[in-house]
Amino acid sequence: MKQWIRQVLATALLAVALGAMAGISWPGMASAGEESTQVAAVPAPAIPEAKPGTECVRDPEFMRRNHMDMLKHKRDLTVHEGNRLPEFSLNECIACHAVKGDDGKNVTIADSRHFCRSCHDYAAVEVDCFQCHASRPEAGDTALQSSPHGMNVLALSEFLKGVQE
Amino acid sequence: MSCTDNKTCTCTPAGSLPADGEASPGIEAGRRAFIKAGGAFATIALTPTVTLMAFGGGKANAAQESLDPKARWGLLIDVAKCGTGCSECVSACQKENGWQDTGHPETDAQWIRKVTVKNPKSGAVAELPVMCQHCDEPPCADVCPTGASFKRADGIVLVDKHLCIGCRYCMMACPYKARSFIHETLIDQKPYAPRGKGTVESCTMCVHRVDRGEIPACVESCNSTGGGAMMFGNLNDPQSDIAKRVAELTSTQLRPDLGVDPGVHYTYL
Ligand code: HEC
Ligand code: HEC
Ligand code: HEC
Repeated sequence: MKQWIRQVLATALLAVALGAMAGISWPGMASAGEESTQVAAVPAPAIPEAKPGTECVRDPEFMRRNHMDMLKHKRDLTVHEGNRLPEFSLNECIACHAVKGDDGKNVTIADSRHFCRSCHDYAAVEVDCFQCHASRPEAGDTALQSSPHGMNVLALSEFLKGVQE
Repeated sequence: MSCTDNKTCTCTPAGSLPADGEASPGIEAGRRAFIKAGGAFATIALTPTVTLMAFGGGKANAAQESLDPKARWGLLIDVAKCGTGCSECVSACQKENGWQDTGHPETDAQWIRKVTVKNPKSGAVAELPVMCQHCDEPPCADVCPTGASFKRADGIVLVDKHLCIGCRYCMMACPYKARSFIHETLIDQKPYAPRGKGTVESCTMCVHRVDRGEIPACVESCNSTGGGAMMFGNLNDPQSDIAKRVAELTSTQLRPDLGVDPGVHYTYL
């Protein structure tokens, strides 16, 4: 088969497959996300916005895929080695991704609008983190101290090496 | 924990204890017995008090990237200055770490408690705070089947609650009855002190504060509103206030005969 025919076929197949799996197509992915959501006509998870004027500790794209590994690695670093750098700290995520409820207070994990539940409910993921961890910042909490991309390249590659272990 | 030799146990009646939530008179009896068995009690209040400086020696690592593996964090408690009925350390710990008495003394968490000891011969009474003793050879870590109980390189003994399965072997192994088990679902924990049902916990020497260069909450409150009886610092640093004090005073550890080498030292006990 000629190279270009193969490519056309593959693309067509992919399109069909995507259509079939519309229910679980991943919304918000890159910029094409919104289109595919419209095509799918299935409600996408409403992901609450983070604190205005901030940036995530990594690309949102990267975070969507890797937040669980980053959190689990950071968890071990903190508890066993005393690493208190704000980056990837769960408290930081909670502080910057806090969602205000109707009463003007930040919602807890008991509320389905909580940032960490927005996708998890949708994807049937259940984490036990908030049996122990506070799911909203304390009133007057100053936890938020991240500067976006604060970790230099070397530190990040070390970090990722740790994740792979 | 049990009294190894019941005949030598002489304990104050439970009624004379400060009302800060003792587990039970039976436990209390055993605990006092082991403190007495330490043999150091006779020195109590025979010498004038030595002033422990506030914020003594707490030069913790503020870099935040990792702990200082050469440190051995410890406490020095001047029993002569520990006020009768004062429980500032206990309330400061509760506030910092978010545990409290809920009226169920059998099951309530207790990270730090005030214990009253009495010398049966002289009748002298003393009060002292007892918390996780941060042993150099922690029996809790020895018996833990999952590696959740461990000693950090800087001497702080912790439960990695992510690994804890709630078996409570460590609670049985601890000669100081320093650990608690969480029996109930909790909400609104402190962000820096996650706690949850089904896991064991104990004094963390306020590891979250130590890591950012601060001193434990109990020491801070004892020095500001309490008797100024507690000192925190690096026992391995000969220049630190705590190491100097430990070198110049006769201090003791609770039950030194067990050979677990606690990081908490007591003077005038
Ligand atoms: C300083 C603020 C800040 C912190 C801290 C932070 N984020 Fe973000 N995060 C953002 C912003 C801004 C976005 C972009 C989307 C938005 O505006 O809501 C984002 C996006 C994300 C997304 C993608 C959401 C989507 O719309 O698809 C995930 C997942 C995420 N963050 C997880 C985390 C986790 C996990 C942590 C903690 C390790 C964390 N974030 C810490 C600000 C922050
Ligand atoms: C049984 C209780 C418990 C559960 C469940 C739990 N944690 Fe923790 N976690 C702790 C404790 C205790 C600490 C130590 C806090 C400290 O020293 O500041 C901690 C610390 C952390 C830290 C480092 C501190 C921070 O804020 O960054 C991270 C990251 C973390 N946990 C992630 C998680 C994640 C992700 C989950 C869910 C998959 C989880 N934990 C579930 C108890 C728990
Ligand atoms: C953009 C959507 C999205 C957001 C927002 C999000 N997650 Fe996730 N998370 C997922 C998905 C999808 C999975 C499952 C991935 C898989 O199955 O491999 C997951 C898995 C996890 C896991 C691993 C679960 C396991 O059983 O191993 C943890 C831990 C986790 N998320 C923590 C968090 C926390 C904490 C937050 C809030 C700060 C958060 N997530 C916000 C999408 C999200």
